[in-house]
Amino acid sequence: MDATANAAERLFIRRPDGWLTRMFDNKAFLVTLCMLPTAGLLLIFLTYPLGLGLWLSMTDATIGQPGHFIGLQNFISLSQDPIFWMSVTNTIMYTVVATSGKFLLGLWLAMLLNNYIPFRAFIRAIVLLPWIVPTVLSAIAWWWIYDPQFSIISYLLVNVLHLRSTYIDFLGAPWNARGSLVVVNIWRGIPFVAITLLAGLQTISPTLYEAALLDGANGWQRFRRITVPLLMPILSVALTLSVLFTFSDFQLVYAITRGGPFNTTHLMATLAFQRAIPGSQLGEGAAIAVAMIPFLIVATLLCFYGVGRRKWQQGAGND
Amino acid sequence: MTDTITDATEPGPLARAVRDEPERPSWDSQAKRVVTLYIPLALFVIVLLFPFYWMTITALKPDYEMYDYAKFSPFWAHSPTLANIDKLLFHTNYPRWLLVTMSVAVASTFLSVAASVLAAYAIERLRFKGAQHVGLAIYLAYLVPPTILFIPLATMIFQFGLFNNPISLVLTYPTFLVPFCTWLLIGYFKSIPYELEECALIDGASRLQILKRITLPLAVPGLISAGIFAFTLSWNEFIYALAFIQSTDRKTVPVAILTELVTGDVYQWGSLMAGSLLGSVPVALIYSFFVEYYVSSLTGAVKE
Repeated sequence: MDATANAAERLFIRRPDGWLTRMFDNKAFLVTLCMLPTAGLLLIFLTYPLGLGLWLSMTDATIGQPGHFIGLQNFISLSQDPIFWMSVTNTIMYTVVATSGKFLLGLWLAMLLNNYIPFRAFIRAIVLLPWIVPTVLSAIAWWWIYDPQFSIISYLLVNVLHLRSTYIDFLGAPWNARGSLVVVNIWRGIPFVAITLLAGLQTISPTLYEAALLDGANGWQRFRRITVPLLMPILSVALTLSVLFTFSDFQLVYAITRGGPFNTTHLMATLAFQRAIPGSQLGEGAAIAVAMIPFLIVATLLCFYGVGRRKWQQGAGND
Repeated sequence: MTDTITDATEPGPLARAVRDEPERPSWDSQAKRVVTLYIPLALFVIVLLFPFYWMTITALKPDYEMYDYAKFSPFWAHSPTLANIDKLLFHTNYPRWLLVTMSVAVASTFLSVAASVLAAYAIERLRFKGAQHVGLAIYLAYLVPPTILFIPLATMIFQFGLFNNPISLVLTYPTFLVPFCTWLLIGYFKSIPYELEECALIDGASRLQILKRITLPLAVPGLISAGIFAFTLSWNEFIYALAFIQSTDRKTVPVAILTELVTGDVYQWGSLMAGSLLGSVPVALIYSFFVEYYVSSLTGAVKE
């Protein structure tokens, strides 16, 4: 018998063969043990509340009162509520415009960063800052930037560049306020998109571009025929996540406008909060939150399959 | 997952030369490079960083300077003062809010990373029947936004008697931390060769010993990524903290700044900006130390 086998045998024999050890070598037991904390946390605080939310949306619960089953009453009253419908259209517009902005600008930034430039690692690091800093805190900075009297943007346009004669009322008029919120959302979303797409760009082999160049492809053709298709898998995942989190956004709007002026900038999430917690109509708030679910499912499927289905066309050899 | 780390670092000189090659023959002039590359890049950097500059400069301005653009150029603090920060630290509950935020973030991070390591190990390494479906379920859990959960969670928290108690936050933050960390760690475990564990199994190590002696030490970069990410996400969290906490001295920094420092119609922009600045410092500091981990976990999580 050679030395290693001997050593292994000794190790094996020395191991105390108690019931506890045997339990840990039982795969079913070990799997249960490992999955228990995660399964417990997610079932209690995620799955159950999802169901509870559905139930609450069909009750007239208020804070401190469990409420009674009232069927679809909440949804019927919401369907006659112009503020609710405005929040729906606001949310859809906000998601579509902000996501397109984020992805166009983010892709551009990713392509800029994919060049060889001095201090690239440093630039990439500072560019991620808007995404790292807590949303509410940077939103407060934007609130101050949008101040009607002391806005630095207005100051720049009026007093420095002399392009306008009056200060802009960023948050006082509905469309200005919506636009301002979208700008902040794009500002905060660009880094995430740029850094994920940059990672995708870096996996594309330069030889493909060389081959295309030899075949006489111009810059746009190389972008359209090589960069875009090879970026699709990572793009579809980033797009899905981005759409999902933009659609369910709460912090930005709550921090900057709180749904104002006159409830014209409410997203579904902020309206749900306003009705449920300060307004203490838990049932109605839950109904608004439940109304978000179909939109979220459709948006997710659309992004994931609409964009991601091209994956199989390129084969699996691009990683 | 290791390949994402190499992705994140600078390419070697050879790779650089190759990467630049396709661009060169078509337009080599330096001027064009400045117009199409450096100017847009500079604009991006300026726009992305300006709000932070503005936040800092406002926090350092005395009041008489802040509201008088005619006499003082707004782009610079002419007589910088620490009065705003001093007021915040010694005349409000700010240190208390920082402490609450810090403890909630640390506790929920530990809870989530511990739960995620075990779950990711079970899903990726123990390969039990249905592991794929469990992995998919956890991925789907990540897609459930907190904004549709906070109302039912608020009623549950109320029933548990945890309303107005930071423990409610420690228990609910894992709803978005655990799916993310598990997802990230599955990727890391995938990158560790299975043969290492097989060798240990043959040598008679128990499953727990393998996890402790072989898999976990090799997954340390993954654990760090998951940990700093979870910490950042908890520090960022807003809606649960807004809905579940009522009393002034138990609020987290983001909620407290919005609800406690914004009083009446006259906003104290100096202290608001100082509060936002100080509240960003902890995550910015961690970020500056672990940039590469952030980038690799961000891109790694999307790639999975």
